[in-house]
Amino acid sequence: MAALPPAVKGTRRASAAVLAWALLAALQTAPFAQPVAAQNRPGAGSAPAASPRRIVSLIPATTEMLFAMGAADRLAGVGSYDRFPPEVERLPRVGGLLDPSVERILSLKPDLVIVYDTQAELKGQLARARIPIFRYAHRGLPDITETLRAIGVRVGAGPEADAAASRIEQQLAAIKARVAQRPRLKTLLVFGREPGTLRQIDASGGYGFLHDVLEIAGGIDVLADLKRQSVQLSTESILALAPEVIIELHYGSSMRADRLDAERFVWNALPSVPAVKSKRVHVLVGDEFVVPGPRIVLAAERFARALHPDAYAR
Amino acid sequence: MAGFGSLALAACLLAPLVGSTPIRLTAVFDRSIPFADNVDAQIFFVARLPRVLAATIVGSGLALAGVVFQALLRNPLASPDTLGVSAGAALGAVLAITFNADFSLLGVSAIPLATLAGSLGALAIVYGLSAARRRGASSMVLLLAGVTLTTLLGALTTFVRYLADFTQTLQTVRWLMGSLDVGSYGPIAAALVPLTLACAGFATLPRVLDLLSIGAESASARGVNVPRAEKIALASASLATGAAVSLAGPLSFVGIIVPHLVRLLVGADHRLVLPAAALFGSAFLIGCDLVARTAFAPAELPVGVVTAIIGGPVFLWLLFRRQ
Repeated sequence: MAALPPAVKGTRRASAAVLAWALLAALQTAPFAQPVAAQNRPGAGSAPAASPRRIVSLIPATTEMLFAMGAADRLAGVGSYDRFPPEVERLPRVGGLLDPSVERILSLKPDLVIVYDTQAELKGQLARARIPIFRYAHRGLPDITETLRAIGVRVGAGPEADAAASRIEQQLAAIKARVAQRPRLKTLLVFGREPGTLRQIDASGGYGFLHDVLEIAGGIDVLADLKRQSVQLSTESILALAPEVIIELHYGSSMRADRLDAERFVWNALPSVPAVKSKRVHVLVGDEFVVPGPRIVLAAERFARALHPDAYAR
Repeated sequence: MAGFGSLALAACLLAPLVGSTPIRLTAVFDRSIPFADNVDAQIFFVARLPRVLAATIVGSGLALAGVVFQALLRNPLASPDTLGVSAGAALGAVLAITFNADFSLLGVSAIPLATLAGSLGALAIVYGLSAARRRGASSMVLLLAGVTLTTLLGALTTFVRYLADFTQTLQTVRWLMGSLDVGSYGPIAAALVPLTLACAGFATLPRVLDLLSIGAESASARGVNVPRAEKIALASASLATGAAVSLAGPLSFVGIIVPHLVRLLVGADHRLVLPAAALFGSAFLIGCDLVARTAFAPAELPVGVVTAIIGGPVFLWLLFRRQ
């Protein structure tokens, strides 16, 4: 197993914030501040064997990829955060990114375990048990289709995976083309904040797959100059940045439909922000925003519709 | 004392003028520009002033609580966190985050309310324990009970966090790092209620604390009603802590180093220590928050990180200088 490049190690900070972000980040893209390093391409786990029959996938993104390439019938276990497609509910759960249960994984007798690259301890334990692994890390949007294709090759579904990846790329290109002629809007992409108030605001910085999706959908990240995946912002910074559109994301059970308007209303505390003034604050709810898998197309389209509703009129 | 007063006043007056974005004071107070369009005024009144006010009352509340707990428990390591009030507050906050609590009262949202409730719950337990203990029992018993309660509530908090999903976990971590970006004046007004009650309690304490810090028996010999004084001290300090934590999250070290620094400078007389700690606590936290909001602008540094990074080494220095 190749060690991570020094640039990658150096950016892993030990603070609790980053630890938590690593959790969210790994479900989105990698917590690394460097662009894709050639020596860290996905795949390259233990020696490839014949096509695996019992696959364990710990991360929602790779589980959805296996479904997209038609290899889901070989899934023996999935991660505890897997919710999509609904068929995953029938499968045994083996823990998640931070708390994988080695015991449950071993009891499923897998012949391939798909792990995230930061799961160092799990990788070591599986190596000792001589269970083949596939490891990957996500930094930006292009990594999604790259990982999809690499998993396809590894599980013996190369052509199907390639077709699914090409379809995603075409759909993203179509969205990009659809909004290409529109003015690009300065957008604040909010990942989270304290409900009911403008406290503890986390927003997208200048890299990560959601940043990339925002650019495809015809927005400019107001924090694009900060090469960090997430940035904690003060209300003062938001007033100074003056975004033209604010897109706020909510995931899982964190938001009930009847609260959407109330949460949008909270932004009225900053009336001089152009997005607030022109009523362009969008509160979007969906798990596709945290799963860098095939449903990324859905996320891109929802961004594009929020940013450029006229491009989707009719 | 005049020095502490002017330091706090200077911090209060200067801090709102400084920030990541330059603002023009003439524009801030220019009535001819509608507030909705006046970015300078919004930065001043919405973004900065509430933070400085929050820092003022949180800093003074924690410093006062620290002074009182250290004197009451006759332990230099005591702090507003020692008796489990902060741990109760954290449990309240984490519960509200994890179960998506959705209520508000007088413009104050769920998390600060749950935090205040948690700290009051912890206060009730400590108070009950102190009332139940036999008269004359050592303050060590109270201290030990507080440490146990802190551990117990901490374990419950960890358990609730274990149940949370990952976005809630992130939110929890952020809350635990502390923040003074309160965003409006409602939470400040709400925190002022328990803080005012606490200050009324503190006002009765200076002489009693001087005697108590020598020993309960000698205090009793000089006519102090020790159990009653201890209850007032306990309740006021816990209320002040609860108010501060509900507003800003747990900010370590303000309540432990500020009292020590102040005692080094003004001596042990609580008539001086209490007001000096309140003033210096405010100035310290306003300063820390200024660093938090400007150091990595436009990104925000958690103020809890700043207080601990500045407070930690200072406290270590104090500890070793004394030996």
